[in-house]
Amino acid sequence: MGKQGIGAPVLRKEDKRFLTGKGKYTDDMKIAGMHYAAFVRSPHAHAKIKKINIKAASKMPGVAAVLDGKQLTGDGIGNIICGWMVHSKDGSPMNMGAWSAMATEYVRYVGDAVAMVVAETQEQAVAAAEAVDVDYKVLPAVVSAVDALKKGAPQLHPEAKNNLIFDWEIGEEAATDAAFKKAANIVEIDIRNNRLVANPMEPRSALVQYDAAEDHYTLHTTSQNPHVARLLLSAFYQVAPEHKLRVIAPDVGGGFGTKIYVYPEEIACLWAAKRAGVEAIKWTSTRSEAFLTDAHGRDHVSTAKMAFDKNNKILGMKVDTIANLGAYMSLFSSATPTYLYATLLSGQYNIPNVHANVRTVYTNTVPVDAYRGAGRPEATYIMERMMTTAARQLGVDPAELRRKNFITSFPHQTPVIMCYDAGDFGVSLDAAMKASDYANFEKRRKSSKRKGKLRGIGMSCYIEACGIAPSAAVGSLGAGVGLWESAEVRVNPVGTVEILTGSHSHGQGHETTFAQLVSDRFGLPAENIQVVHGDTDKVQFGMGTYGSRSGAVGMSAIEKALDKVEVKAKKIAAHVLEASEGDIEIKDGEVMVKGTDKKLLWHEVCLAAYMAHNLPEGMEPGLKEGAFYDPANFTFPAGCYICEVEVDPDTGVTTIEQFVAADDFGKIINPMIVEGQVHGGLAQGIGQALLENVVYDDEGQLISASYMDYTMPRADDLPNFKISTTETLTPSNPLGIKGCGEAGAIGSPPAVINAITDAIGNNDLTMPASPQNVWAAIQAAE
Amino acid sequence: MYETNYTRAKDVSDAAKQLRAADDGKYISGGMTLLPTMKQRLAAPSDLIDLTYIKGMGDIKVSRKEVTIGANATHAEVATNAKLMKVCPSLCELASHIGDPHVRNRGTIGGSIANNDPAADYPSAMLALGATIVTNKRKIKADKFFTDLFETALAEDEFVKAVSFTAPKKGAYAKFPSPASRYAMAGVFVADHGGTKAKRDIRVGVTGASSGGVYRAKDMEKALAKSFSVDALNGCKVDANDMLSDIHGSSAYRANLVMVMAKRAVAAAS
Repeated sequence: MGKQGIGAPVLRKEDKRFLTGKGKYTDDMKIAGMHYAAFVRSPHAHAKIKKINIKAASKMPGVAAVLDGKQLTGDGIGNIICGWMVHSKDGSPMNMGAWSAMATEYVRYVGDAVAMVVAETQEQAVAAAEAVDVDYKVLPAVVSAVDALKKGAPQLHPEAKNNLIFDWEIGEEAATDAAFKKAANIVEIDIRNNRLVANPMEPRSALVQYDAAEDHYTLHTTSQNPHVARLLLSAFYQVAPEHKLRVIAPDVGGGFGTKIYVYPEEIACLWAAKRAGVEAIKWTSTRSEAFLTDAHGRDHVSTAKMAFDKNNKILGMKVDTIANLGAYMSLFSSATPTYLYATLLSGQYNIPNVHANVRTVYTNTVPVDAYRGAGRPEATYIMERMMTTAARQLGVDPAELRRKNFITSFPHQTPVIMCYDAGDFGVSLDAAMKASDYANFEKRRKSSKRKGKLRGIGMSCYIEACGIAPSAAVGSLGAGVGLWESAEVRVNPVGTVEILTGSHSHGQGHETTFAQLVSDRFGLPAENIQVVHGDTDKVQFGMGTYGSRSGAVGMSAIEKALDKVEVKAKKIAAHVLEASEGDIEIKDGEVMVKGTDKKLLWHEVCLAAYMAHNLPEGMEPGLKEGAFYDPANFTFPAGCYICEVEVDPDTGVTTIEQFVAADDFGKIINPMIVEGQVHGGLAQGIGQALLENVVYDDEGQLISASYMDYTMPRADDLPNFKISTTETLTPSNPLGIKGCGEAGAIGSPPAVINAITDAIGNNDLTMPASPQNVWAAIQAAE
Repeated sequence: MYETNYTRAKDVSDAAKQLRAADDGKYISGGMTLLPTMKQRLAAPSDLIDLTYIKGMGDIKVSRKEVTIGANATHAEVATNAKLMKVCPSLCELASHIGDPHVRNRGTIGGSIANNDPAADYPSAMLALGATIVTNKRKIKADKFFTDLFETALAEDEFVKAVSFTAPKKGAYAKFPSPASRYAMAGVFVADHGGTKAKRDIRVGVTGASSGGVYRAKDMEKALAKSFSVDALNGCKVDANDMLSDIHGSSAYRANLVMVMAKRAVAAAS
């Protein structure tokens, strides 16, 4: 234990450099001879490329090369792939259209890269890119997934007839229909989950260094998973063999899912460096390019039905969803609206029958993929708006309807794959109701009414599947990779420790929490422990950070490696101290023989390991151990959020008066960091509920393409959160960690919307609940 | 950004001389609109002539009720000027809610009104205060100054030197900010200039909402001249057909906002 062990609110080690502007991000790097890339992008949502005239651009000052998609594919660079195979319910594989890093014949969204310029300065590259003359034949475009499925809609890819990528189902349809036949009450809702831009603070960036003598590439990039990026870039995109490509994701300023994927620009820059014969190329996205080309999130249209018996017990759930995947299939785009989504349509409830159908669709918009929560917010939004809607229709208290249907015994096998290993949903509900003074809400409603304001309260009892994921399980569901994690613990001769991890920190504070594990184990001060991540030359392999997996999976790998280090250190100490191995205890930086005053200092044991003058017979020198950890199951963080709002009926402005979050994340390593994760998640979830919205016009132009029109949550949009946690440990990993990175974004949107619909007395409200939308809903209700 | 020449005007006549000498010159003050537009390569002036170094052009002078604000006064200076606060606190209040601290410490009143962004705050105040816009060539009544969206009566080489007005007896500004940009979606400045009992001088300037840009709500002025009260506005109508419509607010919503903000401004001024 100790002050810096598990459970201690240790200040973040990395914040010194972040808060003093000393972080090292990709765009901060400079290399002698470095050129800059700028991309020529389609101004049309859908068009045929008739001709690309590069004459004028090629002659402009500083230009080293002007390159296009045909040259790229001609050099054998592979198409960008979706790495998760999903089959339609008729057994046919998903219909994946070709996506080359730069378009060859057709452009399919505004921002689609057509050509690139490599020049000596950024200004020169941008100026020359502007001078590239592309002749387009503009084609009709479609931006809504519902419209794209209609007869006569513009067709995007020859591989996907009617723009349908797959028509997938989960659960037993016949059994669910039969359950509905027995229902005393059926509640139905139409749900739209709005489309979002992730907006990490740091825009994407890539810096390629090409060593012609060695034919070796180094890529600095804004990635959440540099090893996965290297694997894709070498094995699939053929830009360089894996052993000739080093990928480094240095400090990365936020990812939220959008930096999981390998993007066209990274592929094109790697290829162009060699082709143009330059030592290095840098490309950094402008904020405008980020809006136009970063993978977007969500964008579902669903109908959901829930059947109840006469005692208000749930008999069944049916959901029909159309998911917009944009113009091309991004890396995890098939998994997000299927296995990360519909497998949670049982929520926290005992539902004997669940059936969901999901159709994924191409449209002339930016590719859509995982964004903080990834599928789980979409499921939770349906479940929790449904539960509140049902409570209103059945005339019962929303908390009691939930409680009545809670799963209370574990493990619990849902009808949609997931087997919940542990949880206590009632405890979180009780904690949230108490913290929000739920019982006295009606008094507060009355006092708001006296001021001319409408007050409402809403709750959401979410569950998510994190700790992604057991490799064999996801493999059987179509994943192209295993989702284990690796770690290496290097103990230096002086006793300091380096942890090499395949997880990647882009704001999560791994350098602190991971060090706490070591501190806890050996009683070492945190400053003696260094976390190394994000470099394929240093860390052997890793799967990266997403799906709230770094605690549950990444730290479990470290824990396993620490087990091995501890065993070896004890063996050495037992040998030196002439004691039995079983009597050795490591505590507070000392290695001692239990019940005696015989001991060695930690660094003396480490030094002994490296001096190798006096090791047990047959023992290899050194103190360095590695481990791979493949989780036994998903983990299931869960909790209850209660939101209380006041609505100004004259303007439709909603203010959040109170927000309570009662979460169960299992074991918590650093409560301060966990609280920060909850704050960030809530800000993004409340942002989705109240503010954020991607809008395309009918021609496929992105209207919300800057902060003038895309509403980000600001500090004054948010209240002081009331946060509490309980620790129901998961039995699925050695530390009992469930994960906390996405909960806030998953659980909060329905709580907010349930509160507003309660306030205004109209359940027909679509996210974002902008002032205009709320005002219109109030008008409609009157 | 395209390449451009940048010069600091030494004085008023030097500024106009520089502009006339340029191929396609532009005056720049705080640059809060012009610079972002240039960075996006949507504007490419050959020359930028910076007005903010002209001495004395940013002074705020208050003499009894007579106010003159130099064009270079930043929003932060207007918001915090103690003398102005005494005679016309509503204008200080308006300035204190423009943009964010960075914008308020760079952006100027002259730049704002010369740009005449339909969602800018100051133009409504200029109309409601019955201000006079003093340029390097002449004096223009605010009523004649704002001609259309982003259009003013300024000639090519003309720029705003100052604005002057007589402080009203009472006044208030109520603004509904766009959730994204925090520009006004509807901003209403109400000013009571006194006058005779038979002919009370009330002026109401409305920004952010109309498809024609900033305007005076004459029916509201008439109604408030009869009785300066929130209820007096109940008989007034805001025609949704005249309003802007975008993803943040339909014309019907904006029409509603104009009325709500007008009432809030009257309540605050009362």
